[in-house]
Amino acid sequence: MSAVADTHAQDHHHGPAKGISRWLLTTNHKDIGSMYLIFSFTMFLLGGAMAMVIRAELFQPGLQIVQPEFFNQMTTMHGLIMVFGAVMPAFVGLANWMLPLMIGAPDMALPRMNNWSFWLLPCAFLILVSTLFMEGGAPNFGWTFYAPLSTTYGPPSTTFFIFAVHIMGVSSIMGAINVIATILNMRAPGMTLMKMPLFVWTWLITAFLLIAVMPVLAGVVTMMLMDINFGTSFFDASGGGDPVLFQHVFWFFGHPEVYIMILPAFGAVSHIIPAFSRKPLFGYASMVYAVGAIALLSFVVWAHHMFTVGIPIVGQLFFMYATMLIAVPTGVKVFNWVATMFRGSLTFEAPMLFSVAFVILFTIGGFSGLMLAIAPADFQYHDTYFVVAHFHYVLVPGAIFGIFASAYFWLPKWTGHMYDETLAKTHFWLSFVGMNLAFFPMHFLGLAGMPRRIPDYALQFADFNMVSSVGAFMFGATQLLFLFIVVKCIRGGKEAPAKPWDGAEGLEWTVPSPAPYHTFATPPVVK
Amino acid sequence: MRVHAQRAGALLGGLMFPAWSMADWTLNMTPGVTGTSNDIFSLHMTILWICVVIGVVVFGVMFWSIFAHRKSQGAKPANFHENTLVEILWTIIPFAILVVMAIPATATLVDMYDTSESEVDIKVTGYQWKWQYEYINEDFGYFSNLSTPRDQIENRQAKGENYLLEVDNPLVIPVGKKVRFLLTANDVIHSWWVPDFGVKKDAIPGFINETWTRVDKPGIYRGQCTELCGKDHGFMPVVVEAVPEEEYNAWVAEKKEAAERERQLTQKDWTMAELMERGEKAYQTACAACHQPNGQGAPPAFPSLVGTQVVTEDMAAHIDIVVNGVSGSAMQAFGNQLSEVDLAAVITYERNAWGNNTGEMVTPKEIFDYKNQQ
Ligand code: HEM
Ligand SMILES: [Cu+2]
Repeated sequence: MSAVADTHAQDHHHGPAKGISRWLLTTNHKDIGSMYLIFSFTMFLLGGAMAMVIRAELFQPGLQIVQPEFFNQMTTMHGLIMVFGAVMPAFVGLANWMLPLMIGAPDMALPRMNNWSFWLLPCAFLILVSTLFMEGGAPNFGWTFYAPLSTTYGPPSTTFFIFAVHIMGVSSIMGAINVIATILNMRAPGMTLMKMPLFVWTWLITAFLLIAVMPVLAGVVTMMLMDINFGTSFFDASGGGDPVLFQHVFWFFGHPEVYIMILPAFGAVSHIIPAFSRKPLFGYASMVYAVGAIALLSFVVWAHHMFTVGIPIVGQLFFMYATMLIAVPTGVKVFNWVATMFRGSLTFEAPMLFSVAFVILFTIGGFSGLMLAIAPADFQYHDTYFVVAHFHYVLVPGAIFGIFASAYFWLPKWTGHMYDETLAKTHFWLSFVGMNLAFFPMHFLGLAGMPRRIPDYALQFADFNMVSSVGAFMFGATQLLFLFIVVKCIRGGKEAPAKPWDGAEGLEWTVPSPAPYHTFATPPVVK
Repeated sequence: MRVHAQRAGALLGGLMFPAWSMADWTLNMTPGVTGTSNDIFSLHMTILWICVVIGVVVFGVMFWSIFAHRKSQGAKPANFHENTLVEILWTIIPFAILVVMAIPATATLVDMYDTSESEVDIKVTGYQWKWQYEYINEDFGYFSNLSTPRDQIENRQAKGENYLLEVDNPLVIPVGKKVRFLLTANDVIHSWWVPDFGVKKDAIPGFINETWTRVDKPGIYRGQCTELCGKDHGFMPVVVEAVPEEEYNAWVAEKKEAAERERQLTQKDWTMAELMERGEKAYQTACAACHQPNGQGAPPAFPSLVGTQVVTEDMAAHIDIVVNGVSGSAMQAFGNQLSEVDLAAVITYERNAWGNNTGEMVTPKEIFDYKNQQ
């Protein structure tokens, strides 16, 4: 009997546990969400520091600061850390915090698994980062780790890299299962699928993408593991293997992966723009269908990363057409956001500033994507700085600005305080200018013929590289300001009401700010 | 005159401000010098302008809203949403634009894939970190290495005009003829790119890729490897010299003769000093990138050659490693890359340089016999 009484007592125990065990053992979605966000920001700074090394070396022609071996380790680790350590965990953090609040659920469906999937991440990244100190250095074959450079010719630390990727994959898959289970089972009564907030929709679809492609990533690194340690020849031509197979498998994961990094941002921005336009989202249904279409198409475009590999012309044409097609639903989303702003009543607090910049700059990235989709032209663009410009335009003002917008939008709900609006606007403008200064010139560099992933370059590329480095330093330094703003907001500030934004909609604004440790113990009813 | 003045200015500037004097602010893709590169350029400009027009419309509406519909201007929000006609239109119109765009893109692609009826065939092989060009029908070939001095890369010397885009032996092709390239690689994946030709194709171990070009304007065209291929990926440029046909034929004849002379050198009696001299040169071009000019290497990936058992004692193993490589590592099989003379010279050099003083020497004939036995 006493055991029963104990659990009962715990149910009514409303505050968090004390000390370190609160964080180690927590199953609370808000705690786990916070840990994901803190982890993600830490990785963002680490990956950013590596980017600073890269840009410092590229500030001038000639080798000044690092040797090519280390330069390659920096580009590789920067990419891996930003993709798997910064962007993906940030969205999982937002999902943890917001999904239960948005659908009126008391917590995630599988809280213990939730704890486990978070704590795997620091382990994975500890392993990954420790490779920097190993003999032979960290992985140096690019975040796309093409075989046989990463197998036969990889450094000894590659096996640790593979192990780290496996752990990250397990973590992502568990996170995705949790999201799906939560969304499909725990919505408040009356919240039909087509009444779900868009952030919930985009995360549901993202989670399915994750479950579909993370095992493929696990497969490809396992094949590498076998090639390196157990004498197989999946990717080794001299043993009858096929290096191109690697790229097919990798990009079958890789292209959906890039959408995994943007769809949740689409969702968040689809809340923020209506809120600060004081006007409903123009086309809810078409937004949902567009995300669905993007997700489906993302499985049949992977070889647009391989136009120069020498696939047969029929394949080349198929992948070109499919990639061009993906621009249509992407366009639908952009048109919807703009139509939502049109004839609204706009104000420009930090979340809105980041969201408007998101729409403009992501669209520019979409344009360069469309250009890259034209297969014959891609022969000139491929593996040049033009591609680097493209994916930084979709990822920095796309994924990262989406995350900043979400953070400012929901910080009052998380902390119970308003953040410092002036500082936040400063953060925005410095980021905006720095980011464009860093990445816009890369379009020109690529078109003028500068290959990517080189530590030194010919003299005609000097000017734009210098501009780009200056922009990158500016963008990088500015992010410390964000840390300051968030810490300041956690420690104090103007009290936030339950609904700090007059145009915002959704269940998360019906609970007080800061959101209590346990919310929606009894589900709300959605009409 | 102008040109000379510019050159002098550039040289002076180059000594003082290496970064700025040669730099320029090129914004756009080159139209290049071939039919393909021109086709690509016009596709590029078309799609660029399409994007610009769409951008002007979309951002125009957006900036108008930002400007006119702000709360501080007293804007009252409208409440409209969902409009089937608008939504169908903004799906159909982009789709139609894409279909229009796909037509010329398809035509260009078909043309780029047509490697038939070539007049010259050249096999291009990527190595870490150099290119090998073999004139298949003419029975000769050679390597093309970066020729920018290390001192320029490490900022001890002013950087030259073609910094990092210059090689010892450029690829030579005749103008006005369809040249077919057969691409493969010896170790990792590389990619062979000449922007002015609109030609980029991956060189993949175990595969032979095909591409082609026809250049009408004589000149020197420069490009780079565009697939990350390890440490010196940024240091393996592509340089192509397109020359008039007579000049090309004369060059081929000379090359064939030189190849023949090289074969005869194998039979000559070599002295230690001759081998050491030649060996040092061969070492610097073929081996120093990994094992370093001082033989110290960069362990564990690239082992040191100073005082090790193989290099100072086990001669048979030494020859075997250099000729056949070490499979599963970055050590290539140099047997097919270097002539017998160079192999003998380089082995001799390694056994006697950097204090290895074994006093032992390997002759080209011995290498020749060794290879024949295999
Ligand atoms: C209109 C939509 C888009 C189209 C048509 C498109 C098209 C392409 C193409 C054709 C490439 C290959 C270029 C090359 O390597 O030559 C590429 C690269 C890339 N794209 Fe996109 N893209 C789009 C949107 C996105 C989005 C939304 C993201 C991520 C948020 C993204 C991330 C990337 C990344 C990371 C790469 C480079 C991967 C690498 O090689 O390292 N793209 N894109
Ligand atoms: Cu893609």
